[in-house]
Amino acid sequence: MMKTPPNLGIDYDPVRHPEGCRPGIDCERWVIRNARVIDPASDLDSVTDVYIDSGRILAIGQAPEGFADAPSVDGSGQWLIPGVIDSWARLREPGAEHKATVATESYAAVAGGITTLCLPPDTNPVLDTVAVARFVKRRAQLAGRARVLCIGALTQGLKGERLSEMAELAEGGCIAVSNCHYPMRNLRLLKRALEYAATFNILVMIQPEDASLSQNGCAHDGAIACRLGLPGIPVAAETAALAQTLALVEETGAAVHFCNLSAAASVRLLARAKNDGLPVSASVSAHQLWLTEMDSDAFCGNTHVLPPLRTLRDRDALRQAVADGLINCIVSDHQPHEREAKQAPFPQTEPGISSLDTLLPLTLKLVDEKVLTLKQALACLTCNPARQLSLDAGEIAVGARADLALIDPDSFWTLDETTMHSAGQNTPFWGWDFRHRVTRTWVNGKLVYQLSEVD
Amino acid sequence: MAVHFVRPKLPKLAPDPWAIQFDQDGNLKHLLTIEGLGPQWVKRILDTAEGFMSVTDREIKKVPLLRGRTVVNLFFESSTRTRTTFELAAKRLSADVLNINLSTSATNKGESLLDTLKNIEAMQADMFVVRHDQSGAAHYIARHVAPHVSVLNAGDGRHAHPTQALLDAFTIRRIKGDFAPLRVAIVGDILHSRVARSQIHVLNTLNTGEVRVIAPRTLLPNDVEKLGVRVFHNMREGLKDVDVIIMLRLQRERMEGGLLPSEQEFFRLYGLTEKKLEWAKPDAIVMHPGPINRGVEIDSRVADGPQSVILQQVSNGISVRMAVMALCMGARSEN
Repeated sequence: MMKTPPNLGIDYDPVRHPEGCRPGIDCERWVIRNARVIDPASDLDSVTDVYIDSGRILAIGQAPEGFADAPSVDGSGQWLIPGVIDSWARLREPGAEHKATVATESYAAVAGGITTLCLPPDTNPVLDTVAVARFVKRRAQLAGRARVLCIGALTQGLKGERLSEMAELAEGGCIAVSNCHYPMRNLRLLKRALEYAATFNILVMIQPEDASLSQNGCAHDGAIACRLGLPGIPVAAETAALAQTLALVEETGAAVHFCNLSAAASVRLLARAKNDGLPVSASVSAHQLWLTEMDSDAFCGNTHVLPPLRTLRDRDALRQAVADGLINCIVSDHQPHEREAKQAPFPQTEPGISSLDTLLPLTLKLVDEKVLTLKQALACLTCNPARQLSLDAGEIAVGARADLALIDPDSFWTLDETTMHSAGQNTPFWGWDFRHRVTRTWVNGKLVYQLSEVD
Repeated sequence: MAVHFVRPKLPKLAPDPWAIQFDQDGNLKHLLTIEGLGPQWVKRILDTAEGFMSVTDREIKKVPLLRGRTVVNLFFESSTRTRTTFELAAKRLSADVLNINLSTSATNKGESLLDTLKNIEAMQADMFVVRHDQSGAAHYIARHVAPHVSVLNAGDGRHAHPTQALLDAFTIRRIKGDFAPLRVAIVGDILHSRVARSQIHVLNTLNTGEVRVIAPRTLLPNDVEKLGVRVFHNMREGLKDVDVIIMLRLQRERMEGGLLPSEQEFFRLYGLTEKKLEWAKPDAIVMHPGPINRGVEIDSRVADGPQSVILQQVSNGISVRMAVMALCMGARSEN
């Protein structure tokens, strides 16, 4: 589990260093030569050189002065892409360090080309105070790998009863607020939460789930659940909550980002809402674009996930929605678990898939399958989430933050003990072959990951 | 009247998920579900059970087939009838039997299922007969036991209860013979019933003419027709021309979940009375996996009437369980 090499001493917290990076201490200069630079935000796709200094991209193509002695990386035959922004990933710290920690997961992230992680608030203690947000930030700094951003709780303790101090959370660095999939006491409270968040321009992230409909369920309420005798979660558990929230969005005008959609019916609701001009957006997890209820056959505990894997029709509708731009973010919905959490009969296993390692490879596999274009796939991982969450990241441009990943696009590898970095090994993609391999990752101009086989 | 029913195609699955029930040589090792057994194995089990029927009629009701073997009844959910028949079956095969009731002991102390299992395995058991309240528990146990142990599923959650289904098929075969011209109706709480799921699989495996389920929609799982059944909501239509009626037990807590308004309404619409029995074929038989709720799903006059074979099911259960145990253990001794 403790694969993390020693801390690289990177500190990129703007609060701690108002003067910026201290040259030679906090930051480095880099030249990445001859890589195919792909930036979906600016539609850049050409073989060129990228120059990094002081955590920012100083120049592209034309060498600035004084870069002769800067360390250089030969990116010939490789792709240089903006670092991936994963807007929904559990790191299990604080509260469940036996599953994973910020250190292990932020290392797994950069090894998978992810440079920014957004942590949902269902930690223990709940992320409903700035103190917890600061703690997480400090842990991320100590780990010195990916940037970790916090999503604050929408209600105190996620109990759905009293509003959290959202304005303070936002000032303390939380990029959005969410109640995860926990229910609100009633719709009036949800309406007020949306209004209050909108007052301060805080984005609300909602994973639509009606608790009374999904109660005790562990699989899609369809043919496989019927056959295996598993308590089902109907599609309506998602669509009912989604439709109610959409009604409140129409009323309040608050911006809402729906997380982890799983059903074709949800896509239809979302399309209608977008058509009506509502300020909504949505994400889907990478595994929902690949797996279906069929994968739960034979009681495979690693496919126990919420929202559940649904039918082939749902999966294809989700793929189409991403291709159409209706769903514009792909997330990991990373939930690492210790071995014991999955060692039980299917309904008693803890839901979740450890998916930081597979987010980028699975998304790029969609390009190989001609579901998405390369630009679309990368946009869903970089500039789209950056725009949705108003982040200063996710693009390759002069002056942009130097969060970058170098990928070998023709290096086949298999997901196994040696290639999986997350502390949680609960993945149904065990043994899958992937084509794209991250060889180097920079966060804020710092080289934070290097594939060991490369020199 | 000829039977016109096109059985829907079951969805194609990834590598055979039920292969775990067989060892490398293709012998039966675990019995977890009817799925994957195929007609040959089902018939072999029923034929073997037929052979054991004579044992039960003897004065000394014992054969030395499993002498020196240890069978452990692992019951994570309380049960009297199933456990007793398994115990009797094992004893008639001369095995040593250990009954462990875990619904009250170790698991409540926080011990994980796997640890409990390893502890009992260390006592040199040869077979686990498992009942658990979670679907998939028997599979989970079969996947984790030592290679010399066989696992028999005695009911897991809502998933499967294969020996009950086999003894039902055995009872039907003894009375009706061939399955092809038969219409079988399963009535009641299909949604929560592991028995119904296994019955549907066994009847379809034996190529039964038509398998029907009769229940209100709240007691039917989503996509139930994909199991290969014809769905009815009305007893008069559903029982028409039926040769076998299988009534399921209705748990009283179903009223609280909003699945049914009241026992009275359920009995009025779906309870099997002499009047409703007349809608089926005159020689139709009535079955029930027990325990019976008299006056809820079945009227006493039907349960005790001439068409009822409920008690035959119980005695057949011993032979069928003997057959399954002998076949599973036999598979191992040949290794």
